[in-house]
Amino acid sequence: MTLSQTPSTSPESLLKIDLAGLPLDDLGEWLETMLVIREFEDSLQPLTVSGQIPGDVHQASGQEAVAVGVMRALAPTDIVASPHRPHHHALAKGLTPRAVMAELWGRATGCAGGRGGTMHLNDFSLGYFGSNGIVGSALGIAMGAALAAKLQHTEQVCVGFFGDGGANTGRTWEFVNFAAMQKLPLIAICENNQYAVETFVERTTSAKSIADRAAGFGLPSVQVDGQDVGAVYKATTEARRRALNGEGPSFIETVTYRYHGHQTNEVVNYRTNEELEHWRQTRDPIERLKAALEDAGLLDASQFEKLAGNARDVVEDAIRFAEASEAPDPATATNGVIGLAFDSKGAA
Amino acid sequence: MSQLVTVGQAFQQGLREEMLKDDTIFVLGTDLFIRGGHFAQIKGIGAEFGPERVIDAPISEAAMVAAGVGAALNGMRPLIDLNFYDFALGAMDEIVNQAAKARYLWGRPVPLIIRASSGIALYAAQHNNSLEAWFMHTPGLLVVMPSNAADTKGIIKSALRGEDPVMFFMHKRLTGSRGEVGGPDVYVPIGKAAIARPGRSATVVSSGIVVAKVLKAAEILAPEGIDLEVIDLRTIFPLDMDLIEESVRKTGRALVVTEEPPYASVASEVAASVQENAFDYLDAPVARVTAAHAPIAHSPQLMEAEIPQVEGIVTAVRQSFQRWPSSDQ
Repeated sequence: MTLSQTPSTSPESLLKIDLAGLPLDDLGEWLETMLVIREFEDSLQPLTVSGQIPGDVHQASGQEAVAVGVMRALAPTDIVASPHRPHHHALAKGLTPRAVMAELWGRATGCAGGRGGTMHLNDFSLGYFGSNGIVGSALGIAMGAALAAKLQHTEQVCVGFFGDGGANTGRTWEFVNFAAMQKLPLIAICENNQYAVETFVERTTSAKSIADRAAGFGLPSVQVDGQDVGAVYKATTEARRRALNGEGPSFIETVTYRYHGHQTNEVVNYRTNEELEHWRQTRDPIERLKAALEDAGLLDASQFEKLAGNARDVVEDAIRFAEASEAPDPATATNGVIGLAFDSKGAA
Repeated sequence: MSQLVTVGQAFQQGLREEMLKDDTIFVLGTDLFIRGGHFAQIKGIGAEFGPERVIDAPISEAAMVAAGVGAALNGMRPLIDLNFYDFALGAMDEIVNQAAKARYLWGRPVPLIIRASSGIALYAAQHNNSLEAWFMHTPGLLVVMPSNAADTKGIIKSALRGEDPVMFFMHKRLTGSRGEVGGPDVYVPIGKAAIARPGRSATVVSSGIVVAKVLKAAEILAPEGIDLEVIDLRTIFPLDMDLIEESVRKTGRALVVTEEPPYASVASEVAASVQENAFDYLDAPVARVTAAHAPIAHSPQLMEAEIPQVEGIVTAVRQSFQRWPSSDQ
């Protein structure tokens, strides 16, 4: 286990993944969802330049296998909370591209009615307990939800995501310790995408690995290849089994990579193109799943093209939906702050 | 006459009654299960309700409040006990960015209570912050500060039935203060102030422990023909400006007395609102008597010099009348 898995001398060929033990009938849907995520994320840059999406957003192209591998190991009633780079989680958990896209656009039809944007997505009916703009905080939401699940015996397992940046904030470890002491049905998942905004993980993190650091809190902790959807799925499945069995929380570090900058319109001058290309050529999660399915005779070129075309259609539809949607009514800007009536005093 | 109970016992009674009615209520904090909290505020609850409903936490305010927020979002009614309000500083993200924002962003109520002991007493600067204005300034939170046993019980009962995050301030020096309390079905509404003493000469708005000092000042001033109407805010947010303005329209004069630093304070907010909404009724500027803009010192002589005292309140009222005599006098 190491902090970073950016090899410099490996062959530039695609690493294979193993489909053994995976639900083969479902893998087409996994690939389809990963393609939708990739298409969704790659569509956002021009929409932020044009201002149709107000502000910048954090894209997760390259991290699709983490989202799909985790979500497909969960039950629909399980709970997930995300940090600031959440679109892949939300889409894999079942939010529609329309609901997420419209939210990014600030439209009334968005999943938070235009109030939240990229860092405050949510759909509680799907067990999606929000994306979060504060590093480390989503794990706390998931941890508290897990406490409720334990106290009410609901059989829910809760997943809190954070990144390699979140692995260096104190609250993350306060939550892990609390969950371990209370034996909560929680899975703490670090998406180590190598960079905390612009700073390489090896420049910030005093540990052999993030998973190694977590092990000190007395819970099972594993590091898995986050570009291998099967590895992520299997690790999550085992963590979920433990949680449901009353054995408490687990920690999973997924080693992954984001293809875009920290956010749209960022000038990326803190890593090399060679590094990016190396990750794309050897570990792209979609290409690896596609190759494995082809090798197993479960996918051919025309089927793949159909899935890819469908992903493009779905995202184009989401963009059209957002564009056609109304903005929220300004008269509602101060509604719903608290349950009691009060004078908001300012505008609106 | 019912038996007199302390403010701490009143809190325990209110909590216990609601826990019996609603099994989604649980308490989480430090030193609760055996000790019953550092102010005995939940004494006996652990033994009666067991370790799943009275949970001892590691000293991590962030984890305690995060546990409360997440559990509230997932169907529970947590009461998080932070011991001293100063320790809330270790959970400011969880309070300000999570608990306070979830309803607005996600349409999801957060029925969460954060209780801690507050106000100025011993142990100097780091245990004597007055943070009520910080939380009043944060959209999405309710802030309550009872001054007596009856309101403590009635307000915690209302808080445990509401759907908002409630910052429950209990003054350290009121813990042992005794009074009558209501029965199991008496709920004191959040957002409603009370008239602690009716009067006609001037309105004095205060809250928490200061109410008792203002009532003493009123006794001193009564022989001088100054008949104070004393308003106990009970809830800091949302402020009951209707009651305050109604009183000011009657008395024509307002003072605000609070135990907090003066800048951007609860007192400032009350004063500004009164002059905005009842200016035509005022015979004098709204006066403020607050704590000093200084950290709180250890020496009792220094500490007492930093906070409002009865004499200072009396002086402020007299000065108001001397400089700006009432229009009808």
